[in-house]
Amino acid sequence: MIALVVDGVILGSILSLGAVSLTLVYGIVRFANFAHGDLMAVGAYVAFFLVNTAFVALGFPDATFGPLSFGLPMLLALPVAMLVTAGVAVSVDRLVFRPMRQRSYAPVMFVIGSLAVAFAIRALLFIIWGPEFHFFTQALRPALQLPYEVRVKPDQIFILLACLTMVAGLYLFLQRSKIGKALRATADNPDLARISGINTEHMLVWTWAIGAAMAATAGILLGIDAQLRPEMGWNLLLPLFAAAILGGIGNPYGALIGGMTIGIVQQVSTAFLLPTYKPAVAFVILILVLLIRPRGILGSEQRGF
Amino acid sequence: MTIEAILSSGILNYLVGFLIVASIYALFTLGLNVHFGETGLINFGVAGFFAIGAYTAALVTKPLPTGELARYTQQALGLDQPFLVGVIAAAVVCGIVAVLIGIPTLRLREDYLAIATIGIAESIRLVFNNEQWLANGSQGLVGIPRPLYDLVPPAYYNYIYLGIVVLILAFVAVLLERMIRSPWGRVLRAIREDEVVAAAYGKNVFGFKLQALVLGAMVMGIGGALYAHNAGTISPGVFEPVFGTFIVWVMLILGGSGNTKGVILGAFVFWAIWAGTQFATDALVPPALSARAPYFRFLLIETLLVLMLLFRPKGILGEERFVSTLRPR
Repeated sequence: MIALVVDGVILGSILSLGAVSLTLVYGIVRFANFAHGDLMAVGAYVAFFLVNTAFVALGFPDATFGPLSFGLPMLLALPVAMLVTAGVAVSVDRLVFRPMRQRSYAPVMFVIGSLAVAFAIRALLFIIWGPEFHFFTQALRPALQLPYEVRVKPDQIFILLACLTMVAGLYLFLQRSKIGKALRATADNPDLARISGINTEHMLVWTWAIGAAMAATAGILLGIDAQLRPEMGWNLLLPLFAAAILGGIGNPYGALIGGMTIGIVQQVSTAFLLPTYKPAVAFVILILVLLIRPRGILGSEQRGF
Repeated sequence: MTIEAILSSGILNYLVGFLIVASIYALFTLGLNVHFGETGLINFGVAGFFAIGAYTAALVTKPLPTGELARYTQQALGLDQPFLVGVIAAAVVCGIVAVLIGIPTLRLREDYLAIATIGIAESIRLVFNNEQWLANGSQGLVGIPRPLYDLVPPAYYNYIYLGIVVLILAFVAVLLERMIRSPWGRVLRAIREDEVVAAAYGKNVFGFKLQALVLGAMVMGIGGALYAHNAGTISPGVFEPVFGTFIVWVMLILGGSGNTKGVILGAFVFWAIWAGTQFATDALVPPALSARAPYFRFLLIETLLVLMLLFRPKGILGEERFVSTLRPR
């Protein structure tokens, strides 16, 4: 049981990163982006292409770091994948959502548009990489034996630290930097932000870029922990939204707690249920939250960040 | 050519099969039109109601497996009831599920319903996939009985079934059109346009939304039942989100959300496009990539939906503007 909770914390940290970026985008663009899970998948597949195809072709050394399953190529691939995914998100905004904004479409149209984008990204992943699972590495790494029969792979400690660093980095960015403050102002009240001289169109570009880069990181970390598959983005949607809503949608700090909760509950549920039911477990939590506390744990009328 | 030769020719058979499936999808689209077109509810879980309708109809009309078959097939129910009982049961069960999903979500923001409906569709697919005892797990059910099967030789049966499907489609379409044009339908559109105003006029917004959700879900359930009897076999793989949900949305937007005739037209036009892309990908995609050919088709329709949303959001026909049938237009 303790082992499952530990596994849940690892999964939860990845979900947190995904949910924090999902809720950040939600707070600014003001619609539920159903393509967010697929942005995670894009990040993972771009990194996969770099590490397992491009760098190999260029003859990069593939030495790994100590007990970790990856090495320098992955650390180089990470920022590139973040940039590419950010580029994808900003281009989608340019091509699909900005024209909708200019024609002042109702929010529902953006939601439908994001679903179409989500399926289109998935179709592209299928076309380019095929339906089969991919792994960053086939090598098996020994897990560390901890007390209470807990086994942790060194990769998983890296994942946890990477997620916490990213979220802390986002916190500092939002609190300290000028752009971060402008983002928060835009999330609070776009009209007031515009009056104060903030270019909200620029803020949207920043939001998509930051949200997508964080999503890409989450996708890569999930790829390191498990495997890559084209439908991974779709399977992540329910846990991500459950985490974001549990924490109070639009509130990144709530999403952090929400992600951890969903991750732990999903892993612990495997003691009683088939692991394939994990998305359904997230769905049940989502319904319970909507029934009992629809604004989430940290949610309030006022936006939290 | 004799009539017999014409009726059994390949092209005509293809056309009849095409019309049956298009008519069934027209029912899903009509259901979604009540949800989104009239009331503005985002249902991304059409596949869920499709699955519930199909499985309910199958379990109600199929007998329990006997003899050798019982060793390979498990099903929780096998009521061996007539076709129409199955159709009605499918509608009722979908209606009940809609109530359960509506209660926690319809008072909240519109995106929450979208997420929750995805959740119900995925969960239902997982349940049917994993619970062997319920409806034979991932292998699904075979031998779902076909109504009036003994009436004509099997080669002509599709004509009979097309007649049944078209009759039901016409009945549902006329009924929905009357409801939409009634004062009740007007309230739905008022809620779609501005919930607060509708509430200010003393309308019970939650109640009307729930009624719309249930009505649309029941129509989808009927579509699911007709699908099961047409295919004769169903398995969880049929209810994947692209086929179960996404193409219904494309049909709705293509034909004209909010227009009964439009959404039926949308279903038929889309199904023709979809069949056309099959020939196109067969001709254009190199054989080495043929396993990935379906995804080229998906990409095509996803692009089509985005283009429709951007350049022709009202669809082919667009919504008819009317206030009341009593007033001259």
